[in-house]
Amino acid sequence: MPVITEFDPMLPQPFLVREVSKETPDTFTLRLDPEDMTTGSAFQPGQFSMLWSFGVGELPISISGDPALHDCLVYTVRSVGQATHSLVNQKVGSSVGVRGPFGVGWPVETARGRDVIVIAGGIGLAPLRPVIYKVLQNRKDYGRLVIIYGGRSPRDLLYRKELAKWAHSPETQVLVTVDYGGLSWRGHVGVVPSLLKYSRLDSARSVAMVCGPEIMMRFVIRELEGQGLSRDDIYLSMERNMKCAVGFCGHCQYGPHFICKDGPVFRCEQVRPLLEKYEL
Amino acid sequence: METLERIIADHPFFAGLDGGFTNLMVSCASNVQFKAGTYIFKEGDAANSFFLIREGKVALELFPSQHKPIIVSTIGIGEILGWSWLFEPFQWKFNARAADNVRAIALDGKCLRTKCEENHDLGYEVLKRFARIIEQRLDATRLQLVDVYAVRR
Amino acid sequence: MSAVLTAARRGVHQVAEQHILGADQLGNLIEAIARKGYQVVGPTLRDGAIVYYEIQSVKDLPQGWTDEQRPGNYRLKGRDDEAFFGYAVGPQSWKKYTHPAQVRLWSAERKDSTFRILNNEEKPETPRAFLGARACELAAIAVQDRVLLEDRYRDPIYDRHRRGAFIVAVQCTQAAATCFCVSMGTGPQVSGGFDLVLTELLDSKGHRFLVAAGTARGAEILCELKVIPATEEDHRDAAARVEAAARQQVRSIDTTGIQELLYENFEHPRWDNVAARCLTCANCTMVCPTCFCTSIEEVSDISGNHAERWRHWDSCFTQSFSYIHGGSVRTSAKARYRQWMTHKLASWIDQFGTSGCVGCGRCITWCPVGIDITEEVRAMREGEKCGNP
Repeated sequence: MPVITEFDPMLPQPFLVREVSKETPDTFTLRLDPEDMTTGSAFQPGQFSMLWSFGVGELPISISGDPALHDCLVYTVRSVGQATHSLVNQKVGSSVGVRGPFGVGWPVETARGRDVIVIAGGIGLAPLRPVIYKVLQNRKDYGRLVIIYGGRSPRDLLYRKELAKWAHSPETQVLVTVDYGGLSWRGHVGVVPSLLKYSRLDSARSVAMVCGPEIMMRFVIRELEGQGLSRDDIYLSMERNMKCAVGFCGHCQYGPHFICKDGPVFRCEQVRPLLEKYEL
Repeated sequence: METLERIIADHPFFAGLDGGFTNLMVSCASNVQFKAGTYIFKEGDAANSFFLIREGKVALELFPSQHKPIIVSTIGIGEILGWSWLFEPFQWKFNARAADNVRAIALDGKCLRTKCEENHDLGYEVLKRFARIIEQRLDATRLQLVDVYAVRR
Repeated sequence: MSAVLTAARRGVHQVAEQHILGADQLGNLIEAIARKGYQVVGPTLRDGAIVYYEIQSVKDLPQGWTDEQRPGNYRLKGRDDEAFFGYAVGPQSWKKYTHPAQVRLWSAERKDSTFRILNNEEKPETPRAFLGARACELAAIAVQDRVLLEDRYRDPIYDRHRRGAFIVAVQCTQAAATCFCVSMGTGPQVSGGFDLVLTELLDSKGHRFLVAAGTARGAEILCELKVIPATEEDHRDAAARVEAAARQQVRSIDTTGIQELLYENFEHPRWDNVAARCLTCANCTMVCPTCFCTSIEEVSDISGNHAERWRHWDSCFTQSFSYIHGGSVRTSAKARYRQWMTHKLASWIDQFGTSGCVGCGRCITWCPVGIDITEEVRAMREGEKCGNP
């Protein structure tokens, strides 16, 4: 068991890029190993790191890997701007700075003994994948696992091979949909909230964890509430501009909450009244 | 100046309704106006009415967390705005913004809901008409989604 | 108001601990502090305003000057006496020193395919003495302490500049028209957080200061000065001057239920009213003694082998403050003004247990269009619809 040194939350630690794999035309998964083996890689599902590309910039990226693996950190990054472009174009063997992990993660402990409903849209599946790993590796500790995932089109879906594998796990249901099916897609075509009716949710036993575009999350929450889930059993991951990740720069404030330290995962009850406040 | 009775009796949406039901509609109706740019209703608000647009255009919008709102559809003169008043949890799912100065007739959905429960014949007439509107909008939405202008490879 | 005045009378310490320092001894006080190794900083007159700068001697202080402040207006005027501290607060606050506007966090160099962080040892710095800290400013320092030192993480830069700062507080004996510390419960009487506290007395009995120590190192300085014990009368004179400053205040915020007021009025038409006036120039956040927002900038050289990370003040009034991929969340001036005021007066309480506002009035004085936060609260309470400013 490697010794985890006290990390300075302000300083990036150098991590080596071990692998860069393409998930979709604009999204890549990076596997990073700490250069100094005493640097820890432990994290809670739902937490994020600040990834630094030398001389370019630093960004908050959710950790999308297996929390049981302590020798590496895995991130799925969508290239949308200069800093993300720089990250996804890192060569194997180059160094990326990592600060963290930061934030409040998914309630994997309180969900023990209950059905876990994972609902993701687009890149939102990335911060939820560690939850799926955790539940599947500790199968007896959880009830049913339902994975509901949607993307714009088949080639925009993440982790397709894993989704197929997960569908064969015990007591696990995987439902996938796309907005545009294209010519060879044989699965659902439609929006994520409409898949919920196929999930045979037992509202009293379920804990839902939702991540995706805000519009999608609002509709999903309405659908979940319509199926009888309480706001204390629905969790969502929010996103805002982040510069420091330690609650000092003020950028990530969402109402009274600092997304970097009070989130990014919130109980629906905490943020429900904020979701419909525009330009908050 | 047209009276509410005249407007409702003449409107295609209410065509074929027997006299008693038409009177009922009139008793639940009122004239309303919205200045351009104001919101008729917002996502999350309680949905207790629907509107018959007489003048102007209404934009149905969704708000992502950044940018300006996305207009998903516009409702014009002679069209009906709003069906969430009919279905639990009676909450608007979209914003409706007056894109121009809008004049409309507002109908009291809360009152109508009760009357429809009491009188299923009335209920059927109302649902038949709304089902038609929803069918038309759904077809249109599917057509919008198909993105007919895209270059297919 | 009377409860406040009673508190003012109880304000500073018991008579036994108070001393009288002649005004001609103020220079010796400055020198005594400097001899202990502190760099004294305090109010000076520069460019038509009273701003904080290095103080070498009493000559650097704006003796005989006063200020007139109104929404969007600040003027200096000569006094008809020689008071050293006869003015309220200027555009700067002590955060100029404790939370510097531009700081290099660290530098790094690329080496082979990896990188190394350099220059990260903390450099010992000359500790500073803040001369002339007012009650609202001490309250603001306490507010920033809570944010930057006492939450989940500790800001080492703020810690370094703040810890060890020697504080000479000055009790206000007059208020500016924009002051409202009484309604915010932060002044004008000073109640703690200082090494020494002065109250300037200038009347027929002479020009002198009531002085008391708040810490052992403050007492050490006092020992080096020619002081005589204060009398009951001195104590009453000083309390009366502070009371007068309190009574002079014309502005106030009624903070009862302020959180509900702001949270429940997210769509209040008053926001449109203020948005029509607000230039989003960010002056208010620059002069506010509790605003702490910063941003990070990466700088690298032409070779790309050397990079630095800098931190600088930022403001929620900028367009890019709330930018996430694709666009900003708060694009309208309305959303940005609402964010600032709601955070300052309401969300801050949820986050840190106190208001973020100390009633110093700087945001009112230094707003180029004279937006008055106390008026905005009042307007919202009175449920004004599109009222005139």
